Amino acid sequence: MQAIAQLEDFRESTRAWLEENCPPSMRTPMVDAEVVWGGRNATYANPESKVWLDRMAAKGWTTPTWPVEYGGGGLSKEESIILSQEMARINARTPLNSFGISMLGPVLLEYGTHEQKMEHIPKIVRGEIRWCQGYSEPGSGSDLASLSTKAVPDGDDYVINGSKVWTSYADKADWIFCLVRTDSEVPKHAGISFILFDMLTPGVSTKPIQLISGQSPFCETFFDDVRAKSSNLVGGLNNGWTIAKRLLQHERTMISGFGLAGSQGDKGGTTSTMDSVEGAAMHYRGDVDRLSDPALRDQIAQFKIDSAAFAMTSQRSIQESKQGQGPNATSSMLKNYGCELNKRRYELLLSALGSQALGWEGEGFEADELAVTREWLRSKANSIEGGTSEVQLNVIAKRVLGLPDILSLVQK
Amino acid sequence: MSFVLNEDQQLLKDSAKSFVDQNAPVSVLRGLRDSKDGRGYDQALWQQMLELGWAGMAIPEAYGGFDFGYQGLGVVLEETGRTLLSSPLIASVLLGGSAITVLGSEAQKSSLLPQIVAGELLLALAVDEKVNHCPNRISTTAEKKGDGYVINGSKTFVLDGHIANKLLVVARTSGATDDNDGLSVFLVDADVEGVSIARSWMVDSRNSAKITFNNVSVDADSLLGEEGNAFAGLNRVLDIGRIGVAAEMLGSMQQAFDMTLDYLKQREQFGVLIGSFQGLQHRAAEMYSEIELCKSAVRGALSALDDGDKTDEEVAILASIAKAKLSEVATLVSNEAVQMHGGIGMTDEYDIGFYMKRARVASAFLGDALFHRDRYATLSGF
Repeated sequence: MQAIAQLEDFRESTRAWLEENCPPSMRTPMVDAEVVWGGRNATYANPESKVWLDRMAAKGWTTPTWPVEYGGGGLSKEESIILSQEMARINARTPLNSFGISMLGPVLLEYGTHEQKMEHIPKIVRGEIRWCQGYSEPGSGSDLASLSTKAVPDGDDYVINGSKVWTSYADKADWIFCLVRTDSEVPKHAGISFILFDMLTPGVSTKPIQLISGQSPFCETFFDDVRAKSSNLVGGLNNGWTIAKRLLQHERTMISGFGLAGSQGDKGGTTSTMDSVEGAAMHYRGDVDRLSDPALRDQIAQFKIDSAAFAMTSQRSIQESKQGQGPNATSSMLKNYGCELNKRRYELLLSALGSQALGWEGEGFEADELAVTREWLRSKANSIEGGTSEVQLNVIAKRVLGLPDILSLVQK
Repeated sequence: MSFVLNEDQQLLKDSAKSFVDQNAPVSVLRGLRDSKDGRGYDQALWQQMLELGWAGMAIPEAYGGFDFGYQGLGVVLEETGRTLLSSPLIASVLLGGSAITVLGSEAQKSSLLPQIVAGELLLALAVDEKVNHCPNRISTTAEKKGDGYVINGSKTFVLDGHIANKLLVVARTSGATDDNDGLSVFLVDADVEGVSIARSWMVDSRNSAKITFNNVSVDADSLLGEEGNAFAGLNRVLDIGRIGVAAEMLGSMQQAFDMTLDYLKQREQFGVLIGSFQGLQHRAAEMYSEIELCKSAVRGALSALDDGDKTDEEVAILASIAKAKLSEVATLVSNEAVQMHGGIGMTDEYDIGFYMKRARVASAFLGDALFHRDRYATLSGF
């Protein structure tokens, strides 16, 4: 713990810096079109997004607690909490959304060599390289460790063949962190490696998948004799499963954040303009100070109470984890509950908006109404991606509750 | 808000746990029930609890207490909840002590709070009149007469009403039955003429009473706080009670869950432990998650009670979150506990049934999940 006075100084200087450096339009609620993902081909619908990103990245504050040595902010946990409080105070937008920050970076810092960190971390911090995740395969969903994309050593390289599926934004990403099979003779968990390579490497191709929401955030990704440098293998040969699981914990922590939206006045990470479920329900019924549908009112109250208790649990989890400790087994609980909450939120929004939330396109529907329809459909993936809810419940039963695992279904 | 215990609170919790484990297993409650004990709690045990200072946890040192705050009392209640310990801690200390602290005059606090800490005075709060908790729907009246008042009406579900020396009676000094204005709280000796107290034998073996007031005369100085103006203070008192009861429920549900988990790891069917069945594992994992949320809701609400910067309205919202959530999950966990125990869960010999019974009574007490969802919605402006 740092001295209170020292932290208060930090708060004061941070507040002044943000006041000085956060452009006016970056203090307004995020809109879908202006979310910054970085990368070689980044475009900025709002030029101030770029200014804001560069200023924050220069201080390392896109990744506040990462080491200064690799371009991070070097802040203590207490300082980073103060930074987010001060950003929230002026409604500052998150400068950079990135799988590099939320998933790859933490495991690279934990398992990567100094050279690997020097090569990749600063580019993540500055948003120069956009990463995607090569995990699931057509035949390997919940049973991820059965993956069969193969990497065979050849000189200083590995030659990779196979395909991945549900690769988020693979068509927009610059590099991929990828699970590959490097040994087929040993039990499935023991023959996997974690490797990084450029998506521009010859032999890589992607094909977007159209989803029930009409959008295509995911791709199929194909590798045809792709050569990746063996120096980009992270954490040692056949040690990929350890890293894969660690990264999944980070991913689950990120996805559980979706569940925090319901307890807030606005929606946090997601981008619908439907500020609150109860507000929408009252608006569409013409209610003034009390929601006139008693059954819906009770369901919304129950949802909001669960959201509030969930938000308090996230806070408790932060307070309980000691500085420097990563997410633990409760990340499965938070991921599962957060996803279910987010799905409940959209089901309630559908009830709130009635037939206005059931349009697909065209006239008669406002843009934010159509967005609710699409986001409701998108939310169904929350309990599938990053490990299905059923897998999370398996993990809780085995790792937290110590229940016997005779079927060996749970990822080891 | 603080969701983790500090060192003092953790020590208190550990010592409460070891005291309860050693001295107050569920068999104590079972014995009181089977012997139809006249008072419904173990007096020797209560004496030991008083010696441990538990009655003075949330009471300031100036009034003979120990200034551990509601977080201190909360961890004690969580531990007493684990074994369903029945004592005047909820009725007299949590509710009675808070009523005197929140509503009482300086003179009332100075004279009554030390007696609560010492266990010399037992209080009971008489608020409910109908089958459901609804603290502003009060038809018991207190009419001004001479220097005092005359109380008429009836109360139900008065926890520990049969053993209290003094009753805290919520009565209407003006206004219509549903008005928030016009409510007053009186301190009435339990043995005065016109008060008749009928003990209610409740399903959870903790005792309540139905009480009627028939032309009961009280002095002007038996009024707690201002005449006709008790609504806000009463709600603060009830919120303290709701949060404290939620803490007790947290202990009970954790214990019921732990017992169930143990059973899943012991009982074999089809040649394997039943805990290896996914149909039970997922339900156990879901219960675990819900209990984690309950723990956060309770800790958050308790810390808000001790935080002078929190407004009564902020506390009210947290109290309703806690009581709604705990009431809902206590029902879930106790139902599942009985179901997962199978036939043995239906027997009186096995303790798990006691947990289901207490879960229901505690859920109904001071407002069930439906009441608190409605209140939460109202407080949140929808």
